[in-house]
Amino acid sequence: MMSKRGRPQGAPDLSRRRFIIAGATASGTLLLGIPLTSFPSGENPSEGDGRIGFYIQVLENGDVAVGHAQPEIGQGLRTTLIMLVAEEMDLDWKRIRIEPMPLGIVKTAEGYTWKYGGQGVGGSTGLTNNWTYMREVGATARLMLMQAAAQLWNVPLSSCDTRPGVVVCESAGKQATYGELGKLASTLPLPTESPELKPMNQYRIVGKPQHNEEVRDIVTGNIKFGSDTQMPGMRYAVILRSPVLNGTVKSVDDTGARAVKGVLDVFPVEGPEPGAPYHILAHGVAVVADSTWAAIKGRRALKVEWNESPNKDDSSEKFWQQNAEMLAGQGQLVHDQGDFPAAIAAADKVVKHRYEVPFVSHAPLEPQNCYAWVKSDSVHVIAPTQMPAGASRAANAATGIERENIRVDIARSGGGFGRRLTNDYVTEACIISQKTGWPIQLFWSREDDIRNDFYRPGGTHELIAGLDDAGKVTAWSQRLASGSKYYRRPNMPDENLWQAELYPDDFPKAMVEHFRLEYFHNAIGLPRGSWRGPAHWVNAFVVQSFLDEIAHETGQDPLALRLEMLGRIDEQPYDGHGGPVMTPGRLVRLLKFVAGRIDYGKKRPPGRGVGLAAHFTFGGYAAHAIEVSVSKSGDLFIERIVAAIDCGFAVNPNAVKAQLEGGTIDGLSTALGLEISVHDGQVLQRNFTDYPLMKIDRVPALFEAHILDYDGTPTGVGEIGPPPAAPALTNAIFNAIGMRIRKLPIAGQIQEKMT
Amino acid sequence: MISFLVNNKPVQFSGEPDTPLLWALRDYLHLTGTKYGCGIGQCGSCTVHIDGKARRSCITPVSSLQGRSVLTIEGLADESGQLHPIQQAWLEEDVPQCGYCQSGLIMSTVEFLKKHPQPSDADIDSNIDNLCRCGTYVRIRKAIHRAAALMAGEVT
Repeated sequence: MMSKRGRPQGAPDLSRRRFIIAGATASGTLLLGIPLTSFPSGENPSEGDGRIGFYIQVLENGDVAVGHAQPEIGQGLRTTLIMLVAEEMDLDWKRIRIEPMPLGIVKTAEGYTWKYGGQGVGGSTGLTNNWTYMREVGATARLMLMQAAAQLWNVPLSSCDTRPGVVVCESAGKQATYGELGKLASTLPLPTESPELKPMNQYRIVGKPQHNEEVRDIVTGNIKFGSDTQMPGMRYAVILRSPVLNGTVKSVDDTGARAVKGVLDVFPVEGPEPGAPYHILAHGVAVVADSTWAAIKGRRALKVEWNESPNKDDSSEKFWQQNAEMLAGQGQLVHDQGDFPAAIAAADKVVKHRYEVPFVSHAPLEPQNCYAWVKSDSVHVIAPTQMPAGASRAANAATGIERENIRVDIARSGGGFGRRLTNDYVTEACIISQKTGWPIQLFWSREDDIRNDFYRPGGTHELIAGLDDAGKVTAWSQRLASGSKYYRRPNMPDENLWQAELYPDDFPKAMVEHFRLEYFHNAIGLPRGSWRGPAHWVNAFVVQSFLDEIAHETGQDPLALRLEMLGRIDEQPYDGHGGPVMTPGRLVRLLKFVAGRIDYGKKRPPGRGVGLAAHFTFGGYAAHAIEVSVSKSGDLFIERIVAAIDCGFAVNPNAVKAQLEGGTIDGLSTALGLEISVHDGQVLQRNFTDYPLMKIDRVPALFEAHILDYDGTPTGVGEIGPPPAAPALTNAIFNAIGMRIRKLPIAGQIQEKMT
Repeated sequence: MISFLVNNKPVQFSGEPDTPLLWALRDYLHLTGTKYGCGIGQCGSCTVHIDGKARRSCITPVSSLQGRSVLTIEGLADESGQLHPIQQAWLEEDVPQCGYCQSGLIMSTVEFLKKHPQPSDADIDSNIDNLCRCGTYVRIRKAIHRAAALMAGEVT
C-alpha cells in the first residue's frame, strides 16, 4: 500500500473556507494551484442532499452525478476526468451522470479566485493539471461514504471497504449502497487532508480503454455545441468585418440591410487600434435579426466604406521577400553556446538549407459563436471556449460589469486547436447584446472564421550544420525570420518576441557542442495565436527535414543519424512545454519501434519510399513512419502510416489513440494543402474550397496507432502527435523520388516538378 | 406557406422561402443535430436526406421542399430509441472526437451503404467526401465496414 500522502512542506493549510488561486499567463498556459484537499470548498455546498464537495452528488437511487468543470473540445476529457473520479470513488461506471459546471469565479478580499480549481484547456494540460486533483475528489468522496457507514453501523472505519457503488463491512456482515449512504455522508465535515490514493496495480477503470461517454448523444444529434444554444427571446447577430487587416469603418449605408425582412438593427462595432493588443480582431458592422438567415441576408445588403488601413499593402510575397532580406543580415542571437562560427569554419562538411512554413488557420469545423445576454448588472455567456476565465475577462472588458456578476457556461466546442484560447467572439457578442439589450447568438460564417483568426505564424528558417571528419554533427544553427505569436500581446517587449517561436531546449541543443539560435521579426499585420503544438509543429518539420538532408548529403542513413545523435546523452534539463526533463532514449525507443513496424530497411521499388520523424513536446514523445508512392505524373499516395506515442501512462488508451490518429491526420492535412496568404492587406482564403482540409481519400486503410507506456505518470497528449507527421511524410517523398519539400504546403509541387 | 415532412411529421414553414433548409431546421424547428460548417455544400456537416437522397441542407432552399420528406439525424434511430446500425457502428468504433461533423457523416453513410452494401476502401474514398477537422477518418472507415457487416447480418 502507498503511504498516506503528506502535505508538501511549507504549503499553506487550506481550510474549508479558503479558495485555490489559479490564473492564466499571457501565453494562455494555466498556472494551476493543485488543491491539497480534494474540495476547495469556499462555499459550503448545501448539506444533507447527497452533495460531497462541489463535484459529487450521490442520488438516492444510487446514481452519482460527477461534475465536469473543463472545456470539452474533442479531446475526450469529459470521459477521461470522470474515469479518475470513478476509479478512486469506486463507482459503477454505468451509474454516472456527468454534470457540466460553469466557470467557478468568486471575488474575495484578495482578488478573484476559482472555486472549482483552474478551468481551461491549452498546452495539453487538461489531464495533467487534473490528474491528482480529480483522483482526490473521488478518493475523498469514497472516504466520506465509508465514514458514514462506519457511523451508521457503529464499526471502526478501518473495517469498511468498498465494491463498486457499495460500502461493505465484512466483520459486521453489513453492506449499504452509496445511494443509501449519500445523505448522511453529505452532512459530514470535509476532510482537510489529502486522501490516500489507490496504487496503480489496483486500477480497474484507469488505464483501460473506455468508450467516450457522450458518443450516443453525438451519433443521435442530441449533443449541444455552443452554436446550438437557443434561449427565449434570443436574436441572431452577424458582423461584417473589415476585409483589410486593421481597416476601420468610414461610412455605412444600411438602407438595403434594414429592408431585409427580419433585420432588427444595424450598427458599427469598434475594433482595436492598429498595433494595440486585440480584444476583438476587427472593426465591423453588426446586423441583428430574428433568424440566422435574415442576419446573413442583411449583411449581404450592407454597403460599407472602409478607411485606408496601414496594412493595405501587406502581402505574402512581401513577407517571404522581407524574410530573405533579413536572413542576409544579422538577427537577435537568442541562444549561443560553444563557438559556432569557429566550429563551422573548421567543419569538414557544412550543410545549409532554407524552409518556408506558411501561416495557417485553425478552422475548427464549428465556427466561432457565442450566446450573450447583457443586462444592466449581470451578464450570461454561453461559449465554446478553451479559456472560460478569459471569456469572463472579455465580457467584463466589453460591458464594465463586475466579473462576479458574469456567468460563463462552457459549451462543448466543435474543435479547438488553440483557436478558442482567445475569446474575441465573446467580446463581440457582449458588445452587441449590451447595445441592443437582447439576448443574442453571434454567428460566424466559415468565411468569417478563416479570414479572422489568430493564425499560426509563418516563417523562413535557415538551418546550418557543421560535421567533423568522422561525419558527426558538432555545430547547429537555426535562423528564423517569422511573424511572432507574441505580436500585439500586452506588455510584450520586442526582445521577447522570439520566445514563442524558438524553444532553445529542443533537440539538438543538448547533443551538439556549438549551437546557435537567431531570430528576426517580421511585423506583417496578420493576427497570430497558438495553433495545436504551437512552434513545435513548425520546428519539428524543419529540424526533422534537415536531419534527413544531412544524412543524404553525408552518406548516412537517416535513422542511424537520429539514433546516433539522440544516443549522445541520457537526459537533459528541459525548460518549457513538458519539462523539466527530456529523455532522448524515449524517442530512440519510438523510432526503432515505428521503423520496425514499417520494415524500414526493406528495399522498395522506384517511386516508393519511407520517411521517419520523432519529436518531444508537452512531456510526451511521438514518432511516425510513413510510406508513400509517387506516380510518374507526380500524384502522391500515402500508402501506410505507423504512429507511436509515449505519453508516460495512458489514462484512457482509447482517447490517446484517437488523439494520435487525429493529430497525425491534422499534421498531414496541414502539410498537404493548407496556407493562409495575403494580398493587398486581405486574407485570400475564404472557405474549404481554397483552404482544403484533408478528406478520407488520402488516409490509408493501413494506419496503425500505438501507445508505448513508460511509467505511471501521464503527460500531455493532444499536441504530441502532430509535430512528426509532416516531416515523416516529406522525408518519405524524398526517399521515393529524391525531391525535397522545403516549402509548405506540398500542394501541387510534386506534379509541377514531374511534368 | 411551404408544407413538407420532417422525420415523418408534417411541418408548415412560413418564413422566407429562400431560407436554406439548414436554418429552417435549426432556427425554426429547433432540430440542431444538423450542423453548419461551410455554407457552400463543401464540408457535408449539414447533410440530411430529402426523399431518401443525401443532400446538403445549407444550399437547399425551403422553397424546393413542398410535399417532400426530410430525414435528419434526429429521425434516424427508430421511435423506441433503437439506433440505426450505422449509429451503432459509430458508437462501437468510438468514431467522434469533437463530434460536430458526425451527424452529416452518418447521414452520408446511410445513403452510401444503400448504394454500396459491401463497400471496398476505394468505394469509401471516392464517395465519402465529408470533412472531419479532428481527423477521425481512420475510425470512420472502420465504422463504415462494421456498419455494412451489421446491416448484412454478418455480425450482431
